[in-house]
Amino acid sequence: MSSLADTAPASGRWTRAWSGRRRLPLVSVVGATIAAALVLLPLAFLIVQAQQSGSSEVQRLLLRHSVAVLLWNTVRLTLACTALCAVLGVAAAWCVERTTLPARRLWAVALVLPLGVPDFVVGFGWVSIDPALHGYLAAVMIMTLSLYPLVYLPVAGALANLDAGLEEAARSLGLSPWQAFWRVTLRQIRPAVLGGCLLVTLALLAEFGAFEIVQYRTFTVAIFTEFKLGFDVVAASVLSLVLVALSVAALGAELSLTGRGSVLRAGPGARRGARRVVLGRLSAPVLAGLAALSGLALGVPIGSLVYWMVRGSSTTLPAASILAAVGHTAEYSAAAAVLATAMAVPVSSLAIRHRNRATVLLERLAYLPMALPGLVVALGLVAFSVRYAFALYQSALELIVAYAILFLPLALVGVRSAMGQASPRLEEVGRSLGSRPAAVWLRVTLPLIAPGLGAAFALVFISSATELTATLLLHPTGVNTLATQFWAYTTELSYGAAAPYAALMVAISAVPAYLLSRRMGTLARAEGPR
Amino acid sequence: MSSLAVSELWKGYAGTRVLQGVNLEVPTGSLTAVLGLSGCGKTTLLRVIAGFERAERGAITLGGRTLEDGHSYLPPEKRNVGYVSQDGALFPHLSVEQNIGFGLARRERRGTAVSELLEMVGIGHLAERLPHELSGGEQQRVALARALARRPQALLLDEPFSSLDATLRARVREEVHTLLREQGVTTVLVTHDQEEALSLADTVAVLRDGTIIQQGTPAELYEQPADERLARFLGAVNLLDAQFERDTALTALGPLELRGARPEHGGAAGVVMVRPEQLDVRVRGDGAEDAETGARIAGRVEHCRYYGHDALLRIRPEQTGVEPALLARVHGEQALPAGTRVSVGAHGHATPLG
Repeated sequence: MSSLADTAPASGRWTRAWSGRRRLPLVSVVGATIAAALVLLPLAFLIVQAQQSGSSEVQRLLLRHSVAVLLWNTVRLTLACTALCAVLGVAAAWCVERTTLPARRLWAVALVLPLGVPDFVVGFGWVSIDPALHGYLAAVMIMTLSLYPLVYLPVAGALANLDAGLEEAARSLGLSPWQAFWRVTLRQIRPAVLGGCLLVTLALLAEFGAFEIVQYRTFTVAIFTEFKLGFDVVAASVLSLVLVALSVAALGAELSLTGRGSVLRAGPGARRGARRVVLGRLSAPVLAGLAALSGLALGVPIGSLVYWMVRGSSTTLPAASILAAVGHTAEYSAAAAVLATAMAVPVSSLAIRHRNRATVLLERLAYLPMALPGLVVALGLVAFSVRYAFALYQSALELIVAYAILFLPLALVGVRSAMGQASPRLEEVGRSLGSRPAAVWLRVTLPLIAPGLGAAFALVFISSATELTATLLLHPTGVNTLATQFWAYTTELSYGAAAPYAALMVAISAVPAYLLSRRMGTLARAEGPR
Repeated sequence: MSSLAVSELWKGYAGTRVLQGVNLEVPTGSLTAVLGLSGCGKTTLLRVIAGFERAERGAITLGGRTLEDGHSYLPPEKRNVGYVSQDGALFPHLSVEQNIGFGLARRERRGTAVSELLEMVGIGHLAERLPHELSGGEQQRVALARALARRPQALLLDEPFSSLDATLRARVREEVHTLLREQGVTTVLVTHDQEEALSLADTVAVLRDGTIIQQGTPAELYEQPADERLARFLGAVNLLDAQFERDTALTALGPLELRGARPEHGGAAGVVMVRPEQLDVRVRGDGAEDAETGARIAGRVEHCRYYGHDALLRIRPEQTGVEPALLARVHGEQALPAGTRVSVGAHGHATPLG
């Protein structure tokens, strides 16, 4: 072979990426390819579906007056909620991380916990005690209260890690505290704010349950109705593609905004924790504000659940059906978590260990479901199975695959960081000590990434267990999960019967929300005394 | 026997050529240092020998076995070559004991082999510890014991001492050297530290721009470097203009016997190298003994750098037309203040430099 790698024609690069001297592990390539194919499958079949209906039909569907209304509904809700979440999230994070607020650790937990209450449960909480709540304002309020932690969390993290030196420099250059915050601090936390806003936007575009409860029609609600009531796969597919386009637009907007604001990052070691602002007489109003926020976001839904639980327990609860629902939920979620984690391993392994254009593309593809609402993934799988594999339609396997696709990005987050820390040098040493590649993987790599695999499993499990939209579309007929049973009772307005199911889902997802906030807390503590 | 031989080894990454026909011979049981600046390809060379990377061309044999050539390639686990990296690369999830036993068969792990290795590197009391509970020096000892556990035919050390602080480095270096001597392991040590290479190795190979430009004993390299760049890399030098006359170089410091061959182009004039420790420096009084011999140069100390065990003087000759400045290494107690008037002579051999 020639040593003159640089004289090879440029077109040969791609093939060399696959067949290069450092051979790619076949298992990983196959695994990652399957993952990418699965991720692309729903979207591909939606496009196929839309195409087969013909362009005039697509035009007719898109140019309906109702589509314009839906678009307006979706956009104005998204803009209002995202802006409100940004303001609330940044303000709350600043108060907790940068002021002398009393009981800061408690607040750090309380402000994150609403993340553990599924949005449709928040909607349920409010509407069940005040049936008059409906429409735009109700939707904005409920979604803001559920989603602001998505901004709070990254911003609090960024503020805790902020380099105080920059703010001090700004002050010494004559800026007032407020100016320094505006021109320096905000600038530094901008990527965190934008990242949080992106998550809020994507969640809003994907949300179905909460909007259905407050009777506010967004794209997702309309698609769901179109499919479930009208069984119009074509219309649902076409509208889904519009939804995907909106998500992609949000991603693009975040990317371009973040790209413009250069990320200022302090070098390691040079960082000092910032001094906290003394609240003084402002303590009381700030405390009152945070208490109001937590009360509305956490107190009302939980209080309402408790109320209905107590009320409902007077009527006898069918314990057996709850147990069955728990069993099915656990079974599907666990299977999905195993599948998603198993797919995340080869994807991140290739992207980290054998970085080239092909493997990076594979990894990006694996993150695509972040922009795919659960409804879109479910509809894509329906479109596929109805046409090509009817046996799969509404089978447990289809639901598990849908969860795995939907939450693959979460699994990747867990696995990737662990994989990044498991140095390939250690594997090489293992080889030089006489172990074969497979043995090295079991004895070195696996123990090192095990915590990451555990985190990935837990994240996917919890998200699957509290997923509503895709579950409603795909769950096997006659088999109920916590989410579907909750939904069935809620739509019948049997709030007392629905409450235990909601409570169980909250219990499941409160755990990671609490752990997240705790991690933030330890971070803040580590930064504190320096 | 189990000597390690590398011939015509080529290796590059994405358009840059790192190794360009490396030839290296490591005699059985010897310690060979590969010396080079960072980025010269030292680590790549070791990684190819270990089998972590595949060469593009060339062959590696170890004790008659072919590890790699144009047709075949033996994976790292079949080479029986030990490898110790810069940071030790201990498995963070395994204890010291488990790290050392990693390469042993299950049966051997239970026996006394591991505890013997622990004693051998002097860390018997640390068996149960996890890597992060060890100091840098201890980690390197574990890494060494782990690599030696399988009685490798050759041992590769990739700058194993560079992550240690100066005092510890000297000690660990000494211990490792003694240990390797006792074990008689064929060893390749890669380093950018010329002092380390000269003091530890039986032979030193200098890697530059992807090829070995010279291989020899430390003394050969120091006294007869292949070129001026290498001469300066291995230590301070004085370059003197010389007239060649048979085996003698006539220099401003008098006639000096030539070491090695005269440059082939054979001209009557050239440049010779004299190391600073070959110069002897005497303080000049005001007396007449100054002018006693023609073989000495009169000068003034321009600068003195004091190292404790010795000192390096920069001496500016008073006479113009001689060298711009001479470097002389003298005893620490002879560290003369700047401005001192001295006379300089030379002894030993002069090495012609092409």
